[in-house]
Amino acid sequence: MYTKLTSGAIRQDFPILSRQVYGKPLIYFDNAATTQKPRQVVEAICKYYYEGNANVHRGVHYLSQQATTAFEGVRAQIVTFINARSSRELIFTKGTTESINLVASSFGRMMNEGDEIVISAIEHHANIVPWQMLCKEKKAHLRVIPVLDNGELDMEAYAGLLNQHTRIVAITHVSNTLGTIIPVKEMIATAHSLGIPVLVDGAQGLSHMRVDVQDMDCDFYCFSGHKMYGPMGIGGLYGKEELLNRMPPYQGGGEMIDQVTFEKTTYNELPFKFEAGTPNVADVMGFGAAISYIDDLGMENIGKWESELLQYATSELKQTGDITIVGEAKHKTCVISFLINGIHPYDAGTILDHLGIAIRTGTHCTQPIMDRFGIPGTMRASFAFYNTKAEIDELIKGIEQVKKMFR
Amino acid sequence: MKIRETINQIITEFNNFDDWMDKYNYLIEMGKSLPLIEDKYKTENNLIVGCQSRVWLHASYADSIIIFTADSDAVITKGIVYLLIRVFSGHTPDEIIEAQTEFIDIIGLRDHLSPTRSNGLVSMIKQIKLYALAYKTKESLNI
Repeated sequence: MYTKLTSGAIRQDFPILSRQVYGKPLIYFDNAATTQKPRQVVEAICKYYYEGNANVHRGVHYLSQQATTAFEGVRAQIVTFINARSSRELIFTKGTTESINLVASSFGRMMNEGDEIVISAIEHHANIVPWQMLCKEKKAHLRVIPVLDNGELDMEAYAGLLNQHTRIVAITHVSNTLGTIIPVKEMIATAHSLGIPVLVDGAQGLSHMRVDVQDMDCDFYCFSGHKMYGPMGIGGLYGKEELLNRMPPYQGGGEMIDQVTFEKTTYNELPFKFEAGTPNVADVMGFGAAISYIDDLGMENIGKWESELLQYATSELKQTGDITIVGEAKHKTCVISFLINGIHPYDAGTILDHLGIAIRTGTHCTQPIMDRFGIPGTMRASFAFYNTKAEIDELIKGIEQVKKMFR
Repeated sequence: MKIRETINQIITEFNNFDDWMDKYNYLIEMGKSLPLIEDKYKTENNLIVGCQSRVWLHASYADSIIIFTADSDAVITKGIVYLLIRVFSGHTPDEIIEAQTEFIDIIGLRDHLSPTRSNGLVSMIKQIKLYALAYKTKESLNI
């Protein structure tokens, strides 16, 4: 299996990787924004619509029951994938952003004036703005864990921020801009010693490493299908059952109810309480296919190859000269933010684009990080297991060309 | 020179280039050679923010003519800013309001003016048009 990665043979499963842009082979280094999908995922979605489409859960007819079995089957598959205790703890959402908003809205309803929420300085806007909105509504306070120059969090400062007013800690598993892997397990233990629950933004985590939510002991874990070779528009929220049971529903409607009268409505049990409306069944099928694909390939193999790519790219970039790497934590995933000294990321990104190289430039939905490091944005290359060292060589060549053009 | 003539001149200049690289090199040269705005006008008020690159725009009005000066922190954006200033600056509010920007499309730089690029250029053009409208209104109300 591993040789499929090192040789690039795995790319055959991804039709889009053989396309061209501007007449040049596509070099796709924007995986932190979204990953490409293997044939198996696309075919699972098509198969569902061609052969098995029906609404789930309440139907008595064959198609509905088949669809329900398949749908709940993927839920069980994800429960196993992250080692949750039961299906009651896995809620399907549109993605990480919706998962976080669900918790901020629902868990947040139980908060009071003067309460505190702790986040970090390297969060994606999705794990900042819902909490800011909640603080404004509840007259609560947002506290921010500072980031060190190397992109790691200041753990001493973190401990100092927790107190009797802290209602929740919300932190990212992996920084989408700096690549830092946050020591969430330790941070959760610290928070729990004071009885404070922790939400982890796993958008960039679940695709790169094995996640065991029981071992991590997080109270909530949020993730997106499209960041892990699955379709857009589907994701999940893991939550501890006792917490989810205490939380009021997020959205009202069909599916999430038990009994409805105009006098009173009672709600369905978990996980359905938090899944109002017809679910995105087709993309759940796609998500299931993506997880099967990852399992077949082996997360250990994925992690090993991605680590090789990260090391290779980092050393090649450093050798190129005139490069500043932004975020040099000891433990990183395969995301590299960097700047070519004296050249604006927008300028460099535009030229690389015309060379067929897709990187992302800008603030990556983490404007506070840019303010902290005093930069307008970065160039970000984020890899996946289907990238190759040869592609990285092309990136280096592209950077040399950029340097020539702007000097 | 009328706006239409300036636009045609720009299209002719860019038609000389077959290669995208040469086009961008030309833009970069134009961008490099001009600061286009006095430092004292590079203020928060004059800043048009995009999340990719920033643009500063200053307008002054005298004898029914608007003069624009501008700058950007990204060189390619600066080059396009230069083109826009060449087209819009030194004309009456009416001429500016009526001017079209499809020439950017014709010279193959349409992508830079897509709203999704967030490079401040789309907002800059809107701001130029807004200035023209404001000065026109001011003049007609004799303020």
